[in-house]
Amino acid sequence: MSPEVKPDFLINAEGLRIDGRRPDELRPIEFKVGVLKQADGSAYIKQGKTFIIAAVYGPRELHPRHLTLSDRAYLRVVYRMATFSVPDRKKPAPSRREREISMVIANALKPALFLEDFPKAVVDIFIQVIQADGGTRCAAINAASLALADAGVPMKCLVPAVAVGKADGTLIVDLGDQEDKYGEGDVPMAIMPLTDEITLLQQDGSFTREELLEAMQMGIQACKYIHELQKDALMKAYATKAPSEDDDFDDDMETDLGEAEIIGEED
Amino acid sequence: MAIYFQKREIVVPGQLLAEGRYRSSIGTYSKDGKIYASLIGLAELRGNTIKVVPLEGVYIPREGDLVIGIITLVAGNNWKVDIGGPYGASLHANNALRRPYDEDISKYFDVGDVIAAEVIAFDRVSGPFLTMRGRGLQKLRDGMILNVSPSKIPRIIGRRGSMINMIKDKLRIYTIVGQNGRIWIKAPNTKILRIAIKAFKMIEREAHTSKLTDRVAAMIDEELTKIRGEQTEVSGAVPEEKPEEPPTEAEEKAPEPEGSIVEEETPAKVEEPESKSDEAPEAKIEAPVEEDKEQTEEEKEEVKE
Repeated sequence: MSPEVKPDFLINAEGLRIDGRRPDELRPIEFKVGVLKQADGSAYIKQGKTFIIAAVYGPRELHPRHLTLSDRAYLRVVYRMATFSVPDRKKPAPSRREREISMVIANALKPALFLEDFPKAVVDIFIQVIQADGGTRCAAINAASLALADAGVPMKCLVPAVAVGKADGTLIVDLGDQEDKYGEGDVPMAIMPLTDEITLLQQDGSFTREELLEAMQMGIQACKYIHELQKDALMKAYATKAPSEDDDFDDDMETDLGEAEIIGEED
Repeated sequence: MAIYFQKREIVVPGQLLAEGRYRSSIGTYSKDGKIYASLIGLAELRGNTIKVVPLEGVYIPREGDLVIGIITLVAGNNWKVDIGGPYGASLHANNALRRPYDEDISKYFDVGDVIAAEVIAFDRVSGPFLTMRGRGLQKLRDGMILNVSPSKIPRIIGRRGSMINMIKDKLRIYTIVGQNGRIWIKAPNTKILRIAIKAFKMIEREAHTSKLTDRVAAMIDEELTKIRGEQTEVSGAVPEEKPEEPPTEAEEKAPEPEGSIVEEETPAKVEEPESKSDEAPEAKIEAPVEEDKEQTEEEKEEVKE
């Protein structure tokens, strides 16, 4: 692969970005829920060229035991990038960056989950970046929250995330790799759309106070749009399991969950 | 006072379900007088209680649940029991045996044994405790264990046992359905067993569709007819058109291989005979190895007849 060259401009004369997007336009996003059979819950996200798979296991027994929290479940996030996910081979050993992003993702998702329902257990989230093209931590949060819902982990709401940045002095939403590298700044954020609580807010580069406030507003708008996409993806995955319309359900779907009957085996 | 969902609508976490004086129950949470879904599932209003019937999820023990457990450890006068889900249970010898009992309780149940038990206590502080005092609570011998999603168990039992009783009546099998997603099945022969597995898998797959009991019944009848057809070919002596019920003697009293300890300790994958493409590929079917032998023995008998 030819070495990457810095583009002459990130915003062209017409005010469009290098990939032809408007400053407030997201890359095309595709979600799919339930992509892995083995995991309790899973989802992938394709956001531009970024491709990430998230798998959730649990709540399950926690090993090693010393990590156990007596009042709530432990949330363990493992964010990893495939060696082939970036143009230069990524060393397979876990890097400092991966460990930090794992922690950041855990902190972004934690406020939305009812972990106190499962004391002493663990919820495992494995995030694998197959192809990276900027905004992987935000895309990972989007996919992970869908995987959590798919696994049946109780949560307050889904958590959408997006990065807002600055390039050539213009605020732009959902940075691609080049905009991230050669732009002037980057503000990844995640929100809980129900209450507009912000669960992740990081920044690099420099922003004025006004710019940051505006960037956050743009981010919240974009997150709300992503939230709609997430809900659609989830609905779509479960639509086949929905009861048909013309259906009076004289049937036996609801049963007394608690009243286990002892059936068979007389002796 | 308002309700924001249709009956049995699929809801996603965070969806507003109701406002006002409603009570929130499983799968929901309330905040500022509003009730939201916390799970993906089917929303339902019962009286003034709102719940979401989960479509996925692990087994969380509740007091009074009947569960099927596998002994994982014998510790003093306790057994540690795997009941699925995040919590390992313990069973005290006093809750399982009549006194006096031997000091070495591994005589009664040892590692790998499968038991039917009831959850007597479970709270946030102390893990689930089991008891085996109760009708039908005992060590399970023979048969096999089928794993299904715990959230589908209510459907498998059906309203007041309608579904499971129908399956039992039609197939004449012994089964125990544990709330933890394990079903113990003891069938007179492998063919019947396969129909039972197919029926349970069908319920699991189509848990949220209507008139399921009827469709499962139809499927079982069809499969039974097929088996009878095969038998007629093999024996030749059996009249061609036989009444549906009662089943033949061979089905009712299949020869149980005596003395052979058919336990779940020796699990093996059972390949479905008529390669069913609709069978979920992740389906874990644990079954005793001895089954094949059993079947051949039976077939021989049938030929003799």
